[in-house]
Amino acid sequence: MYSQTEIIKDTSNLGSEGELVINVGPQHPATHGVLHLVITLNGETIKKIEPHLGYIHRSIEKMCESLSYRQFIYVTSRMDYLSAHINNLGCAMCVEKGMQIEVPARAKVIRVLMSELTRIASHELWIGAMAMDLGAFTPFFYTFREREMINEIMEDTCGARLTMNYMVPGGVSFDLHPDFQQKVKAFVNQFKVRVLEFEDLITNNVIFQNRMKGVGVLSPEDVISYGCTGPVARGSGVSSDIRKLYPYEGYENVAFDEVLETSCDSFARYMVRIREMSQSIRIIEQLIDNIPEGDFQAKTKAVLKLPKGEFYTRVETARGELGVYIVSEGGTTPYRIKFRSPGFSNLSALHHMVKGSKLGDLMATMGTLDLVIPDIDR
Amino acid sequence: MDNEEFKAFVTGLEPSATFDETGEWICVSVEPAAFKTFASALRHSVFHFDYLFCHTCIDWKTHLTVVYHFSSSSFRHSIVVKSNLDRLKPEIETVSDIWRGAEFFEREVFELFGVNYLNHPDLRKLILTDDFEGYPLRKDFEDPINMIKL
Repeated sequence: MYSQTEIIKDTSNLGSEGELVINVGPQHPATHGVLHLVITLNGETIKKIEPHLGYIHRSIEKMCESLSYRQFIYVTSRMDYLSAHINNLGCAMCVEKGMQIEVPARAKVIRVLMSELTRIASHELWIGAMAMDLGAFTPFFYTFREREMINEIMEDTCGARLTMNYMVPGGVSFDLHPDFQQKVKAFVNQFKVRVLEFEDLITNNVIFQNRMKGVGVLSPEDVISYGCTGPVARGSGVSSDIRKLYPYEGYENVAFDEVLETSCDSFARYMVRIREMSQSIRIIEQLIDNIPEGDFQAKTKAVLKLPKGEFYTRVETARGELGVYIVSEGGTTPYRIKFRSPGFSNLSALHHMVKGSKLGDLMATMGTLDLVIPDIDR
Repeated sequence: MDNEEFKAFVTGLEPSATFDETGEWICVSVEPAAFKTFASALRHSVFHFDYLFCHTCIDWKTHLTVVYHFSSSSFRHSIVVKSNLDRLKPEIETVSDIWRGAEFFEREVFELFGVNYLNHPDLRKLILTDDFEGYPLRKDFEDPINMIKL
């Protein structure tokens, strides 16, 4: 069509009569980052929507080719920064798979606990941000109040609030902070009460429901064809939870349900995330008093070398299936790394979801896709 | 899915295909010319590979290898399909009409590796600017200004 860097001078080929091309982003509050959408409108109806990516492309895959197997994990915290723990976990598991490192039981439980706390924090930020997209400002403060508690727990143990870099090949980098269990329990108790506030504020709100129901419908066949995963797939009734389908790190030993909704619209995706937080709480409650004693890290060599071959692991981040594909030539650095990020595939379905609907519905649809732009661009 | 059963199916379909069972999943290598019909047959076979969960490319300096990871949403088994392309003129048929998610994956590989997907509906740059020259993820790519290699 036209270059994303050029200012349009020739307006003759911009579409047929009655059509208007508008740009949303790259600096638009509702895109949560630098995503540029070129939207062709006819009146208020969306004819076509084209995402232009790359404003935060750092070429992490190329960078990883010159980093060692210990170093490259730190870069991945910057992909989906809201699921930093789970990104790190996927990479650590891939290296462990290649080197056949046995992770101690204590480390596994810590990893699951941290992953679930991350998932709750991510979903909470999402609720606040999405409500704000739809014009409700208050929920943002409510959700950030709880998210702050998780950030403090992370800060105590990992020393960082957002890019934790806590998972390392063989386990986790430090042992838990002495206050960890007590603080997590306090959080769980408070969360159970406060999640009801979200229900009152948002879920049962008539205006909110009317804006979400029947908007951005994605059929189960399209979910599979586009490769959508995570809450987007589960909102359309497609079972896609990696924790259930290909259990890792002891998820097979804890009781939790895969949350499925079948109405395929934005409201279904919203409900999946709300209910998923309660399932995460369920997992945390089962494990918090049963953290085994022992090492938090397996003994590994200072320099890691993966054998020649290919290794693929998948983990369930807050957004869906993250795949880590390492091609090794037997050296100390990967020959090629590919991150199959959930946001990238979810975004590819956006045009299909909003085509023919009104411009106002775009925000409701995009909000429930839960896009994190650094995850898409990498 | 039984590997032997799958191998018999593939050999019946494409006698020149080679197998590699050293990895986690069985890997099939096919010629790029035969790839499209092979992929279409996989999608509609009894194995029901309806989910393309990862597609990427590897630069081996002598040739490029495109890698497709397929999975089945009903049986939950996975396979890897590879195809070696000529590095000077890398061309392969698109599969975006079979798995629609392939459209974005292929656009990404197109700009970062320079693989030309034949009959792709909208083969434009997705991440890089339109005037960007070179293929950044190829091994011989050097950019002295914006160093992405450490």
